[in-house]
Amino acid sequence: MSETTPLRLEVKSVSKRYPSVVANDDVNLLVAPGEIHAVLGENGAGKSTLMKIIYGAVKPDTGEVLFNGKPTHVRNPQEARALGISMVFQHFSLFETVTVAENIWLGLDKSFTLDAVRQKAAQKAKEYGLDVEVDRPVHSLSVGERQRVEIVRALLTDPKVLILDEPTSVLTPQAVRVLFVTLRKLAATGCSILYISHKLDEIRELCTNCTVLRGGKVTGHVDPRDESNASLSRLMIGAEPPKLQHREVNTGAVGMTVHGLSIRAEDQFGVTLDNIAFAVRAGEIVGVAGVSGNGQQELLAALSGESVRAPSGSIKLFGNDISRRNPRVRRAGGLHFVPEERLGRGAVPTMALAANTLLSRAADVVGKGALGWVSPKATASLAGVIIKDFNVKAGGPDAAAKSLSGGNLQKFIVGREIGAKPKVLIVAQPTWGVDVGAAAQIRGALLKLRDEGCALLVVSEELDELFEICDRMHVIAKGRLSPSVKTSEATVEKIGEWMSGLWQTPGVIAAAAQQATGAQHA
Amino acid sequence: MEQYALLIAATLNAGTVLSIAALGLLINERSGIVNLGAEGMMLCAAIAGFAAVVHTGNDWVGFGAGMLAGGVLAAIFGYLVIWLNTNQFATGLALTLFGAGFSAFAGVKYVQEKLPERSSFSIPGLSDIPLLGTALFKQHPMVYFAMALTAFIIWFLFKTRSGLVLRSIGESPEAAHSLGYPVRRIRLAAVVVGGMLCGLAGAYLSIIYTPLWVEGMVSGKGWIALALTTFATWRPLRVLFGAYLFGGVTMLQFHLQGQGVEIASQFLSMTPYIATIVVLALISRNPALIRINMPASIGKPFYPGS
Repeated sequence: MSETTPLRLEVKSVSKRYPSVVANDDVNLLVAPGEIHAVLGENGAGKSTLMKIIYGAVKPDTGEVLFNGKPTHVRNPQEARALGISMVFQHFSLFETVTVAENIWLGLDKSFTLDAVRQKAAQKAKEYGLDVEVDRPVHSLSVGERQRVEIVRALLTDPKVLILDEPTSVLTPQAVRVLFVTLRKLAATGCSILYISHKLDEIRELCTNCTVLRGGKVTGHVDPRDESNASLSRLMIGAEPPKLQHREVNTGAVGMTVHGLSIRAEDQFGVTLDNIAFAVRAGEIVGVAGVSGNGQQELLAALSGESVRAPSGSIKLFGNDISRRNPRVRRAGGLHFVPEERLGRGAVPTMALAANTLLSRAADVVGKGALGWVSPKATASLAGVIIKDFNVKAGGPDAAAKSLSGGNLQKFIVGREIGAKPKVLIVAQPTWGVDVGAAAQIRGALLKLRDEGCALLVVSEELDELFEICDRMHVIAKGRLSPSVKTSEATVEKIGEWMSGLWQTPGVIAAAAQQATGAQHA
Repeated sequence: MEQYALLIAATLNAGTVLSIAALGLLINERSGIVNLGAEGMMLCAAIAGFAAVVHTGNDWVGFGAGMLAGGVLAAIFGYLVIWLNTNQFATGLALTLFGAGFSAFAGVKYVQEKLPERSSFSIPGLSDIPLLGTALFKQHPMVYFAMALTAFIIWFLFKTRSGLVLRSIGESPEAAHSLGYPVRRIRLAAVVVGGMLCGLAGAYLSIIYTPLWVEGMVSGKGWIALALTTFATWRPLRVLFGAYLFGGVTMLQFHLQGQGVEIASQFLSMTPYIATIVVLALISRNPALIRINMPASIGKPFYPGS
């Protein structure tokens, strides 16, 4: 490549201020043709804003974007696509009720017929080794399949720059391998790839260049292949991630047992739970890995009591059958729950933190009389204790839940449940969308709780997290739960295989083997 | 036998008002907007159409006036809910209340007015077939228009790119916006088309179906049309079927009342409503199909760029 080849994309001292925060402060970004360029940063570091500026969805206050050496004012996503800038979103922008081909058609201009789009999509998918069935309705696809559809749609616009926003958060480790092969192939054709992520290993493996953002500012511009996780982490959060103390497991009595838990899905969009069985003992953390949409929601609803459709006798808390009891009864028995959705289920967004303590701690703050007066003083002081103990950055007990950042609200919710001194705690996605510092603190708190003799079940899509805190792991795939494996004996490859539903069930080895080979052929 | 042929003819005629209005609302709702103002738009269109025919003597001018009235009201509604993001349900209710009051006010001096002699229609040749001719081929052209409209909407929604875009916007305006579709303008267009078809239905009511003006003469047909789209799970053919079912049971119970059947007339008057909703709820009870056909964003505000 000659010296005179202009850069594919150049972002020059771009700034964008929002009323309460400076999202981008004098950001520069240089991307050469055919380069896989990582944009690394924590949640809230300004990655998304920067990408939206490049993609034309947000207008910068100052600074400019040069495309192929020419200053370009991209006013909206259509103009970006016309220039050859494509984006694959973290939250997919697919329409569930129409087919794959129709979805792709909607993302292209009007000059094609649907039949032409079907052929082109199938051909492009084959060329890049992406397995996509063009006539299936999108609602029947798994998350990984949906991402492939998005990528094929982006590829059909012949992109010069492809932006991928946290593309691996929904994939099994094996699927990540496949994605990387596709991306390298694409880069080899001259397409520049902007790879947004906070996963250090992936960036070091895939990318040839890396721009690190922290608090809206560029804190480094490095070749990730020459860096270590620690050095990248220093650029990203200003410090190395704190190390967790992990002591030997010291299990006690069985806290929760689940046996023969089968629940039919209510409609074709749900997942049917099939004969799920596991046990969690006091003093251990049991993890449930799996790609989202494989029955996690249904399992959590059955365990928390939001759904009481579980067959009786299938869920026991310290030997008592709770499968058809409501969440309040379960809470009284020592079972507490941190849901995945912070706003809406973990907390009421518009209400103060003090009022939010009532959601699960009413027993501690409501008067005992028949009327059950709520004491504002008691709720405020309880919220204050949680804020102090868990180092929550908030305006005080009166701050509305929605005014907190994801990490701080999660700390508050986890703190609220831990403060209840649970005997069994179920946590869904403990650190989803939480910055590294808060994530480490939350994981530390869960480990401390374990050492104090609580039984914990953690359902997460982040394998790293499960490997870090769990003593044993199960994998959930297509509504079935694998047997458990000790974390010390598990490997990412093995768990990844299990995520595709390929494990041996003791007792029915033959059937399982048959199933496994069947699945491999499929 | 002749009376059954007449019953079928009356059923088709009665179903026409409902089907045209409900098909309009279906287009409207497939884009994700609910317009509870259907009743009000139909009332305003009914008086607009009636007045236009009184003054010009031409039915088609009357239909045009009705569509215009419905379209203008829908455009105002659309501006309020799509750009100013007012609550769709409250705004629609306001439109219904406004339409009831305004049509009564504007219609005061038309209450005793009479329309010119109503001409009868028949399809040459076909209408001479015994029974069948009476049942099917002596209808006002608008009756056939409703059937053609159903076929057109099925083709439009499921076979054209524009229909796909409309359905997609109804499912996820955010995703459609991110792909660069002008969500608000397309929604406004759908709302205006819905209003125009409601207007046409209202005008047909006051010009052809019961050719006179009485205050509040739409008498709940707008609400039934709204219920029809929902219970037909936003599928055009089911909407048409539901409209004819409602028309048929209405005519049948009139017939029974005329025969002096030993059932209180109040109960007979209820039957069309109950029968339509029960039948449609039964044939459309598959939750998966409801979820596929229901515009997922229906009734929710949309803020582009957030």
